[in-house]
Amino acid sequence: MKLSVKELSFGYGSTSTLEDITMEVDEGKIVSLVGPNGAGKSTLIKCIDRILKPRKGTVFLDGKQAAMLTSKDFSKMMGYVPQSTHEVFPYTVFDVVLMGRRPHIGWRVNANDVKIVAKTLKFLGIEDFASRYFDELSGGEKQKIAMARAIVQEPEFLLLDEPTSNLDIRHQLEVMNIVKKLVLQRRISAVMAMHDLNLASRFSDIVVMLKDRGIYTMGDPVSVLTPENIEKVYGVKSEVKNGHMDRPYIMPLEPI
Amino acid sequence: MSINEDEEILYAEEVYTRASWKKTLLTLFLFIMVLTLGVLATTIGASSLGISESLHALLAELIPGEEVSHFAQVVVLQLRLPRILMAIITGMSLGVAGAVMQGVLRNPLVSPFTLGLSSGAACGAAIAIVLGVGILGTGQYIIMINAFLFSLLTMAVVYGIARIRGTSIETLILAGVAMGYLFSAVISLLQYASGNEQLREIVFWLMGGLYATKSESVIILIPIVLFITILLMRYSWDLNAMSAGEEVASSLGINVSQVRMICLFLSTVLTASVIAFTGIIGFIGLVSPHLCRLMIGSDHRYLIPWSGLTGALLLLVSDTIGRTMISPTEIPVGVVTSFIGVPFFLYLLVRRKRRWWQ
Repeated sequence: MKLSVKELSFGYGSTSTLEDITMEVDEGKIVSLVGPNGAGKSTLIKCIDRILKPRKGTVFLDGKQAAMLTSKDFSKMMGYVPQSTHEVFPYTVFDVVLMGRRPHIGWRVNANDVKIVAKTLKFLGIEDFASRYFDELSGGEKQKIAMARAIVQEPEFLLLDEPTSNLDIRHQLEVMNIVKKLVLQRRISAVMAMHDLNLASRFSDIVVMLKDRGIYTMGDPVSVLTPENIEKVYGVKSEVKNGHMDRPYIMPLEPI
Repeated sequence: MSINEDEEILYAEEVYTRASWKKTLLTLFLFIMVLTLGVLATTIGASSLGISESLHALLAELIPGEEVSHFAQVVVLQLRLPRILMAIITGMSLGVAGAVMQGVLRNPLVSPFTLGLSSGAACGAAIAIVLGVGILGTGQYIIMINAFLFSLLTMAVVYGIARIRGTSIETLILAGVAMGYLFSAVISLLQYASGNEQLREIVFWLMGGLYATKSESVIILIPIVLFITILLMRYSWDLNAMSAGEEVASSLGINVSQVRMICLFLSTVLTASVIAFTGIIGFIGLVSPHLCRLMIGSDHRYLIPWSGLTGALLLLVSDTIGRTMISPTEIPVGVVTSFIGVPFFLYLLVRRKRRWWQ
């Protein structure tokens, strides 16, 4: 399935946080949104997922307007992984992931739903956590569980809001590998807001660089992640080397 | 994801299925316990009726041909039974409403009390008692009707205030607390201005109790309470999803503000209907959901019925003790509820090391 965003703008009150965003995400691609704090990465993710209502513009799914779908049908196509998850009350890991089946079930959970959750936990290597309480887990484990919840929605698109920002390097790689594996195996697409340029570079097919509420540039990591662009967008001098799998490796040097 | 029929049963699947069975059985057990204690409670009371005599009087209603004395029939069927049923449905309503309100507002401190509903009802009752006028004219039921309507009005105001700022949960709770204070001030003023007889009546209303229960009230309340409870249980999944936050819930296809409004409205009607008859009975709405979360977890599919049954059990036991311990004098039910419930609650808090409210 193909996602396209056309001339999308968003703002709270009189301030605007996104202006005229137009971009496309092809099936089976990983797209990273990068840019400084406040550039609108998370806002764009939330506008695509209809969590926020854009002021102007449209999101299309295979040419059809996403806003025309019922919220239930829409939630079968988009899985959302928030930056961090906090449960106020004690839920077991299994219960948290089972919530992801919400778009598919009425009041009763059937054996199929339970199977899908169990399989997903196994797929992510967190089967042993099933009966543990969510809030007892570490940040990295929680992140995987939030991903599991989005995966059992069986969506066509996975939207991730800074999925690696609170994680240690091992969990960062694990989480990114899960995204990659899902995209390859299930032909879904992923759109991620990313702070870590090197992870974005290594795992994305397309990098979209946001600056001042709009898209500064977009394309493959090699053409987007250049010292010139990084200087313009972040105001940081950097060196870009040839890294793992010929992806650019960015070394930030100093702010200008 | 394709599912093969002949596939092995996964570990997590087994764990979950077993846990679900256990919870279902426990719910059934709790239900039977409420029934049993309800029947037992009909056999104790101020008048010296034997256990077998009391049970006979109950059975005589169900099985024609059973012979019992008129006295036993009056005591059991007209005095004790309505009150016991009232304890069960009141406890149940408060337990269910508390669980739903806490769930929908994602806050463990919320109860009909904190949201100002009880104070609103009390204020409505006090106005009717002192001024003798209600929103809907005058008459026998003005106190109840006024209490009921003031409760609904409170929620409408609280929700309306929160709505101005985009239905933020914190605003809603704070508005509820503030309204509670306002109503308390009005009640104090009315108490200050009222005569002896009225003052006494207000104080009784504020303390709450089941002593004034009539069979008609029970007959009115049972269908309302059952209907609303079932309606609320249909939102279990939405409440579960909403506890992970608005964004996640909305990405799971839930219309968060609509579900919040419906659930708050229904649980307000539930609370208002019972406290209009009983006066303020605190504590159960706050603590019953917590007790249940400590025992069976937070899944609202189980939590809502459990919290209702636990509330029923708590109020039934408290009221039975209250009316029999130093009979013929009664201890106000609120006092007993707190004396039994608080130590039990604190014990569970300390014993379990779960700290979900951080």
